[in-house]
Amino acid sequence: MDMAVAEKQHTTISGVPIEPLYGPEQLRDFDPLRELAAPGEFPYTRGIHESMYRGRLWTMRQFSGFATPEETNRRYHYLLQQGQTGLSVAFDLPTLMGYDADHGLAEGEVGKCGASISSLEDMEILFRGIPLGEVTVSMTINSPAAVLWAMYLAVAEQQGVDWQAVSGTLQNDILKEYIAQKEYIFPPRPSMRLVTDTIEFGARHTPRFNPISISGYHIREAGSTAAQELAFTLRDGMEYVEWALERGMQVDEFAPRLSFFFNAHSDFFEEIAKYRAARKLWAYAMRDRFGAKEERSLKLRFHSQTAGCSLTWQQPYNNVVRTAIQALAAVLGGTQSLHTNSLDEAYALPSEQAVTIALRTQQILGYESGVTNTPDPLGGSYFVERLTLDMEQAAGDYFRRIDEMGGMIAAIEKGFPQSEIANASYRYQREVESKEKLVVGVNAFQSEDQPIELLQIDQTAEEHQVKKLAALRARRDNGRVQKTLDALRRAAEGTENTMPFILDAVRAYATLGEICDAFRGVFGSYQETAHI
Amino acid sequence: MSPPIQVPIQVPIRVPIRVLVAKPGLDGHDRGAKVIARALRDAGMEVIYTGLRQTPEMIVNAALQEDVQVIGLSILSGAHNAIVPRVMDLLREKDMLDVKVIVGGIVPDEDADALKRQGVAAVFQPGASLDAIVAFIRQSVHA
Repeated sequence: MDMAVAEKQHTTISGVPIEPLYGPEQLRDFDPLRELAAPGEFPYTRGIHESMYRGRLWTMRQFSGFATPEETNRRYHYLLQQGQTGLSVAFDLPTLMGYDADHGLAEGEVGKCGASISSLEDMEILFRGIPLGEVTVSMTINSPAAVLWAMYLAVAEQQGVDWQAVSGTLQNDILKEYIAQKEYIFPPRPSMRLVTDTIEFGARHTPRFNPISISGYHIREAGSTAAQELAFTLRDGMEYVEWALERGMQVDEFAPRLSFFFNAHSDFFEEIAKYRAARKLWAYAMRDRFGAKEERSLKLRFHSQTAGCSLTWQQPYNNVVRTAIQALAAVLGGTQSLHTNSLDEAYALPSEQAVTIALRTQQILGYESGVTNTPDPLGGSYFVERLTLDMEQAAGDYFRRIDEMGGMIAAIEKGFPQSEIANASYRYQREVESKEKLVVGVNAFQSEDQPIELLQIDQTAEEHQVKKLAALRARRDNGRVQKTLDALRRAAEGTENTMPFILDAVRAYATLGEICDAFRGVFGSYQETAHI
Repeated sequence: MSPPIQVPIQVPIRVPIRVLVAKPGLDGHDRGAKVIARALRDAGMEVIYTGLRQTPEMIVNAALQEDVQVIGLSILSGAHNAIVPRVMDLLREKDMLDVKVIVGGIVPDEDADALKRQGVAAVFQPGASLDAIVAFIRQSVHA
């Protein structure tokens, strides 16, 4: 081990310098009432519930989906049998981008990154045997989120489940697509209109459903620092609040159902501080910036996922350890819901064996480790409280800069969050290259690998889906489909909430691609300017 | 004594290697592509980054227009077996097989071997070092 490297400055993975010791000196002006309070009390730094996991564990919600809806349904039943407590749907790239499985651009991509869903028929198959009145479902879908949500609601309807009872989450966070995940279809403003339509529809019809999951996970995976993840996510949240208020809603009508999604990355204490600062920042922002009065409007609820980008191709069994540490950080940070990655993350979608270990990781944490016996176990730690304050300040700086630019959409148009992320990402890669930051198995402690069994997804999924679509188009009432699409187009051109029109189209078995094409015709398609 | 003889020294002019970095297909994960593009630029190469959602046709046309020596394809979506052969076919059609194609992303070993048999110069899997990629490009272009 190079001694010169060992004596380098001690920084978090985000590059934040850490002191040799944390004691009362670091918390000299600390006001526990402003900064801390009790769990369940404003500003919720210590947690949004009085008892946290003593009362109820976080939801164990493994993000899952591959090949056909038939195969994905089988995996869902397996996971529920193994003790998972909520479902989370992964869609393939064509679905994410609003293309049917038989579209030219879908070739070679069907079912590779998630389940292929082109119509209500596929959604029915996806949830076969799963009671939507009893199981909460999260759907990772963004640009066409309103359409997939309509399909989900139509399935609930078929099952005889009242929309007042359906519970789950729609990711539906379009701003982070322009910033990081890049699964946009339409330009920003029409996309924000669609998001606002879903928030409004949800406020009226689905009181137990979160119409949006304002996300930092992808921002972090793109290479941002922890402070950037926190700041850009919450600032995105504020942008959605502004749009909903502009629509004419009262803040307390919709704010209780805004939810969040954070990364659970490798630097243990930095992550815990991030979650605590997030709750505090959001509580103050909702109360002071937006005048929210309802307690539920002030409480930040979040799902977290352990960091996919930290898992290695080399020595994949090491990833089980990484995931466990990251999951522990999320739990000590008070997450409401958690996905743990599988050891084969760098290779493929999770095999059954790998996802079982990932689920067991959560169960061991929840039932064996004892960390759930009291809320915010690290509260009062000099280190954690100092880091939390510093994280809050760093995020506040970013809020000011973005406000000065004219808001998040303006900042995105200027390329600001994108360039912050690209710079942070390149800096970290250089640190790995120079061994300033070590990655076990990759640039240190290399050793021979044993091959692992991978989940295989071949062309039969695409063939199956294409055949199914052809049969669907042949047997449905195409006149009815056309009428619903025409009505949808007119609604999109106007200012009505598009959800009822999407629902009509979906019930007529209009396909995802057909509905999105109708929207493309009205809203246009977005082209990003390529920047390094 | 005769005066010293001045002999003009030929200084070889280093022409920068030109590289096209492309994201084919629907995959929007561009962290790796951007980092590689920047690293190649820092290493003195001229880099054209196409951005996202490129078809094989768009990529090969851009490579032709920009007169690049190397095409770097970044694919994490599992669609490499559909996309890369299409790029190789187009290069063959346009008599551009002197352009070196390198692939980076999530490509299992068996698929990587198959791609190399189809003419891909190298496949870089997760964890590959920037220096190794730069060195490979330099060595394969100057070979």
